[in-house]
Amino acid sequence: MQNTQTPEYAIETKNLSIHYGNFTAVKDVTIQIEKQKITAIIGPSGCGKSTLLRAFNRMNDFVPNCRVSGDLLLHGINLYSKEVDPVEVRRKIGMVFQKPNPFPKSIYENIAWGARINGFKGNMDELVENSLRGAALWDEVKDKLQKSAYELSGGQQQRLCIARTIAIQPEIILMDEPASALDPISTLRIEELMQELKKNYTIIIVTHNMQQAARASDYTAMMMINDERAGGVIEFDETKKIFTRPSDKRTEDYVTGRFG
Amino acid sequence: MDNKNFRQFDLKKKPRGFETVVQGLLFLTGILSIFITVTIVYELGKEAMLFFNDPDVTLIKFFTMTRWQPSIGEYGIVALVSATLTTSFIAILISLPLGLASAIFLSEYASLRVRSILKPVLEILAGIPTVVYGYFALLFVTPILKLIFSGSQMQTYNMLSAGLVMGIMILPLIASMSEDALSAVPRALREGAYAMGATKLETSLQVVVPAALSGIGAAVIVGISRAVGETMIVAIAAGAGPNFSFNPLDAAETMTGHIARISGGDLSYNTIDYTSLFAIALMLFLVTLVLNLISQWVVNRFRERYE
Amino acid sequence: MNQKQDYFPEGHAFYSALRRRYLIAGVWQTIFFSALLIAIISLMALLYDVVNGAFGYIAYEYKNDPSEYTSTPISELTKEELLSILKENLSSGAYNKLNNEQPMETRSQGELYVLFLKGLLQVDTKQTWDLTDSLLRGAEIRAEAAEKYPDAQLEFRSWLTPQFLTTPMSSKAEFAGVRTAVLGSLWLVGIAIIFALPVGVGSAVYLQEYAPKNWLTAIIQTNINNLAGVPSIVYGMLGLALFVRTMESITSGAAFGITDSNGRTVLSAGLTMGILVLPLMIINAQEAIKAVPDSLRQAAYGVGATRLQTVWSHVLPNALPGILTGSILAISRTLGETAPLIVVGASTFVTIDPSSPFSKFTALPIQIYNWTTRPQSEFHAIAASAIIVLLVLLLTLNATAILLRNRFQRKY
Repeated sequence: MQNTQTPEYAIETKNLSIHYGNFTAVKDVTIQIEKQKITAIIGPSGCGKSTLLRAFNRMNDFVPNCRVSGDLLLHGINLYSKEVDPVEVRRKIGMVFQKPNPFPKSIYENIAWGARINGFKGNMDELVENSLRGAALWDEVKDKLQKSAYELSGGQQQRLCIARTIAIQPEIILMDEPASALDPISTLRIEELMQELKKNYTIIIVTHNMQQAARASDYTAMMMINDERAGGVIEFDETKKIFTRPSDKRTEDYVTGRFG
Repeated sequence: MDNKNFRQFDLKKKPRGFETVVQGLLFLTGILSIFITVTIVYELGKEAMLFFNDPDVTLIKFFTMTRWQPSIGEYGIVALVSATLTTSFIAILISLPLGLASAIFLSEYASLRVRSILKPVLEILAGIPTVVYGYFALLFVTPILKLIFSGSQMQTYNMLSAGLVMGIMILPLIASMSEDALSAVPRALREGAYAMGATKLETSLQVVVPAALSGIGAAVIVGISRAVGETMIVAIAAGAGPNFSFNPLDAAETMTGHIARISGGDLSYNTIDYTSLFAIALMLFLVTLVLNLISQWVVNRFRERYE
Repeated sequence: MNQKQDYFPEGHAFYSALRRRYLIAGVWQTIFFSALLIAIISLMALLYDVVNGAFGYIAYEYKNDPSEYTSTPISELTKEELLSILKENLSSGAYNKLNNEQPMETRSQGELYVLFLKGLLQVDTKQTWDLTDSLLRGAEIRAEAAEKYPDAQLEFRSWLTPQFLTTPMSSKAEFAGVRTAVLGSLWLVGIAIIFALPVGVGSAVYLQEYAPKNWLTAIIQTNINNLAGVPSIVYGMLGLALFVRTMESITSGAAFGITDSNGRTVLSAGLTMGILVLPLMIINAQEAIKAVPDSLRQAAYGVGATRLQTVWSHVLPNALPGILTGSILAISRTLGETAPLIVVGASTFVTIDPSSPFSKFTALPIQIYNWTTRPQSEFHAIAASAIIVLLVLLLTLNATAILLRNRFQRKY
């Protein structure tokens, strides 16, 4: 049904395919990510979830031989068109990685550095504090901002990585299995944090943990590989529906644990 | 199943004489390296002690006199150390920035194809014997320098020419060690920086290089150690007489060049000329030992940084 | 945090800032590349300099007029004619000395011709020019030579010839060759490798396969790493004190009945070089052994092999390419080092090929050093030629190493 005003999505793909040389890793993905919601991408290992996620902020540019066809639209602009600068894309679309990777700098500098290179003018102390609060880390580190980031625990480091990502005010935050390297308690804290973050940011998260996807996300995209070993989104819907009444049999098999 | 084809199978420990002998021999070869160090210290120390025990030689004279000619009672090692310092300083001034910059280019910017062409060039530079560099310094670089500095008091033998060529010689060493350090920085760190909208340069200079700093520091220290110990370039191009000077345009003799010159001529054992050489050699050994130990400490101390 | 504070440049401001960032990035990239370029240019300058010096015009005179000896053009003299000229005109002492070294009749025509030029005509080089000069300013040089040295002959000479390799040392640059030096270097390599290869591989095997991880092993390892960084001249001093002096009875051959030599023999020098390259060999062999996958060892132990059997039959063969590469590096080092040889007492003037470990010796880099530091330009020319010989030797060695390494690597 056509509205006179189609709701603007945070970001959407149209027939997005990712190729490595002659091999197609991800084929024909068309999904629309809702603003300020959490969208989870799930599927068995090797089905291209991370590859698809990395296409959103053009991190695949660093892989030699990687080619993208189709459209990735942010505010109607195809992010893969020639005029678009990947550096700016990555400012607008931040990323948190699977294994926490803070810089070998102080906690303060980890956040300040990203802000500085993006031309931040203003009170840096205030920005650092706000970012750390936004990542639910401020109380734990406020007295040791000058200490090395490596002195933090794994869960704290990951929250620091989230803090530095939100410091540069992105619109979308991509998360590539952000809690898989952490213990269950830290994992829970990250999930709570995500619920807070979605008030201001759109979140796309890749996870192999189905319970996490069921708990934490609003929408879910189910990916699987086809016969040519290309991954594709076989079902994309509200999380409630995917996990209770999925339309595709393969989705049902996966979420009920019959495989994967 | 019949065990007639195999030895008796009784699970007892068997004496393996041959094995033990071989293991003993191998242990000896392992110990040999310590033996070599001990011998170096002993032989150098023995003669150096003879030098220092000479009634005319005092430590004060050793460190404060500015002329070195033991046969006539002048024992100021600074006359030689000044040249070693000057030439090494010039060498590092050249090789550190150029070597580090080359390493950054090779590690961060060069494509695999470009790297496979350029890295061998550096390895060739590193493999050229130092006597060839000496030829180059005396017969190519010095005439050019004389043209550039024409008019001022520049002699054919000078420390600048030797220092410059030493720098070229050390450049590949610093470059390859630094490049190893840069390549060892985990990819995740770079990706973290890119994901924040950083350009390649910002990532390289502000994230990768600081992360590799310990390896780069070790490279520099090793470079200094090489410069201090280098003999042929300075023996050929820097000068043939001790001269307490820090002016690169002057001729002077380094510690190593002096040893080469004196031992290459008529030298009788048990003269003060002979024993003084060992005093210099002992100092060289100690200095390079300390430098190498520091570089290993630097690498080990900072290795955990990005784990 | 609900309000988006206006701290970051957006839109147009962002793009202009971004352009500036890219500009700076471009500048730095050029700087980094230039550094590498400087290294490449230096290498090319060095090679150019060496090749330049080994070829060019030479203006020379004969001190004695050839017509005093014969009316035939000297290049057409036959062996018999040369023999008789030499016999008549050389002093009996000089002639007998040459005859004792090698009977005159057995010498080739070329050798006798050289003796004629050297001993009787006595070549005197007036001036030499390098290759670029000779090629670019040929006419000028001819005019200059005609003017300055009217009696001299001018010819284009390649100082690097096959004869250069086969002629022994001589005090006159025009007749000197590197044969004695190359042979001396080969002797050094032989002795050094005979010592360093088994000891080096043995140490590496011990450290990697047998040694327990305790403080002693750590000290040995640190010690080896430090020895690798000791200046080569210090090794020379060690060799001087230990082999030349303390062990003189062995190294001079006195213990074996040789009476007229001292400790400054090729044996002393070879052992010194052996000790010098030992740390290198150990470290290389260690790397090669470390690279052998542990699964191979586990497999051998799993069928009940002893440690020695495992090492000998499985680990070492697998590590062989790396050990080979290490040996070639050690050989390269031995060929190129000069300082320790000076200290241990390489003679700069031996005309007789080394015949035993107790011979006096010279080596290629020593000759280069000696000839480079002479004032006459003709010595610089043969220094350049000797450098080319040395570099070609090293290049061949290293190319062989790379070839071998690639060939062995493909097997696994």
